[in-house]
Amino acid sequence: MTRAPGRVTALAAALLALGAGGLAAQDTVRVIGRYTPGSRPGIIVLAAPGLDSARAIVQRDLDYSDRFEAVSGADRPAGNALNYGLYKSMGATYALELVPATGGVTVRLHDVGRGTVRNQTTAPAAPAGGSVDRMALHRLSDEVVRWATGSPGYAASRLLFLGTDGRVYRIDSDGADLTPVTPAGTRAFSPAWAPDGRRFAYTRMQGGKGPIVVQPLDGGPAATVPGTGTGLNFSAAFSPDGRTVAYAHLTEDGTDVYSGNVADQCCAQRLTVGRFADNLSPTFSPDGRRIAFISTRAGTPQLYVMGADGTEQDVLAPFDYGDTGPSNAPEWSPDGANVVFHREVSRAPQVFVVDVARQRVKQVTSGGRNTDPTWAPDGRHVAFVSDRSGRLQLWVIDLESGRVRQLSTPGAVRLPAWSRRLGG
Amino acid sequence: MRVAHMVGLVAAAAIVAACGKKPEPEAVTPVADTAAANARARQDSIDAARRRAEEEAARRRAEEERLAGERAALKSDLTSAIHFDYDQAQVRGDDQANLDRKAAILQANPDVKVRIAGNADERGSDEYNLALGNRRAAAAKRYLQNKGIDAGRMEIVSYGEERPIAQGSDEAAYAQNRRDDFEVTAGNADSLAAPNR
Repeated sequence: MTRAPGRVTALAAALLALGAGGLAAQDTVRVIGRYTPGSRPGIIVLAAPGLDSARAIVQRDLDYSDRFEAVSGADRPAGNALNYGLYKSMGATYALELVPATGGVTVRLHDVGRGTVRNQTTAPAAPAGGSVDRMALHRLSDEVVRWATGSPGYAASRLLFLGTDGRVYRIDSDGADLTPVTPAGTRAFSPAWAPDGRRFAYTRMQGGKGPIVVQPLDGGPAATVPGTGTGLNFSAAFSPDGRTVAYAHLTEDGTDVYSGNVADQCCAQRLTVGRFADNLSPTFSPDGRRIAFISTRAGTPQLYVMGADGTEQDVLAPFDYGDTGPSNAPEWSPDGANVVFHREVSRAPQVFVVDVARQRVKQVTSGGRNTDPTWAPDGRHVAFVSDRSGRLQLWVIDLESGRVRQLSTPGAVRLPAWSRRLGG
Repeated sequence: MRVAHMVGLVAAAAIVAACGKKPEPEAVTPVADTAAANARARQDSIDAARRRAEEEAARRRAEEERLAGERAALKSDLTSAIHFDYDQAQVRGDDQANLDRKAAILQANPDVKVRIAGNADERGSDEYNLALGNRRAAAAKRYLQNKGIDAGRMEIVSYGEERPIAQGSDEAAYAQNRRDDFEVTAGNADSLAAPNR
């Protein structure tokens, strides 16, 4: 690829500045893929008269995808055909065009080198005179990423997290539309998405005890997860088929992992028998056959794995007894290859990833306290809670490039959980 | 009532005595003396009675204060927090006397039940801290059970790091927050009987 870097990075710099973290130097540990600067295709998002806000949303989604170099500085002269030669000379591989369509917007991805439209689709995302449907635009953005790179982006997704007032909040992946989803005056804990993206599970804390309930996001009636009617129950995790919720059940005898059948609203199964150790924080593999979890059986909490029926329990992230810091908050990646978790290094928790097949552990963050990681639907971005800005905020890291951005919220944030891609 | 009655008797006796004498002109002074003496005696008697009443009231007040102080100390001893080392759930040596005292008070008050709530500092995982708080509460319960307290009189819960008593992110605050709280859930915490010594 030939490109004049000095001319193509003006917009990129502006967008990075918007991302508040920019290319944060402290998070450049590369984990999964090898990142070669400049190897990403350049994309120019052409001016779209009448669709300014839609264009801004898509442009930001593409930036946050970390799959492109943003190219700007030239544009299509009004009424004229696209100037492929100019875009190519600026380093663009793709040009994205947004045009108004009946009841929505049409996006066209142009292959600049070939001078042709590579893909196009129309969605009811920005109806004339109506308000912009942000999620529909995010889905378009994710589709553009898929056209260009073969795998979709993660813009059409949301996160749940616990606010300082004890309520669970929902926020779009780009920081828009912050909405409480549990009642005011009640204390919630450990929110978890159902795979369908329409329900979530959380603990209703009541005087040191509490059940886990499954709550439809449209406000329908909640159902108690079987087995969670007594004691304190927390760290819920749905199985990939949505039929089962695994959780930690805390009684006077200790803390153990159970699973409850929420499809039939019957039957809880005990998966660990702790006796003198605690077992908690289950997370399912995407094929539903295994559960990673935290156990204190070796003293400090560390990461283990077992069959979904509780058999064949074994260490997942290797550790040195008495030397490796406590490890917590695991979440299995969408592609099944990795488990992200946090582990204390010199008493400060940092985000780590363990490769499930080879059991190789790599540190992802450094500097400050970084906890409770959760995978974006694309399996290469991870959100986590960090105090690097002085208060507990959400940050998103691209594991391939090491780029970090803040996902700003008005208050402090705990226990985030990222959804899968959300359908229409 | 009784004091007033006695004063009446004394006064009546003085009048009878005065009437029994022959009237003499020079006897004015003795008569006056007698009346004054009688009045004085009556006043002395009233004062003495009042003093005795006040002393008795003061004694009662002091005793009540002593008992209130003792009851407050008993309640404080029963409900005072114990503390833990970082990421540990073992009862510390310097808290054993505290728990021994709790056991003695519980033994002297068989109708009293307690809730033991385990807490953690803000470090570590939010979820792990619930399990850790639970182990801390269970450790205190087990200790008291070993001292002969029936398990059914002790409920344990965990608040993890959700209920810090000290704000701040330094070791001083952390040390205060790594604790078990004790709360009386049955029986009267304000009228505890003292254990036998």
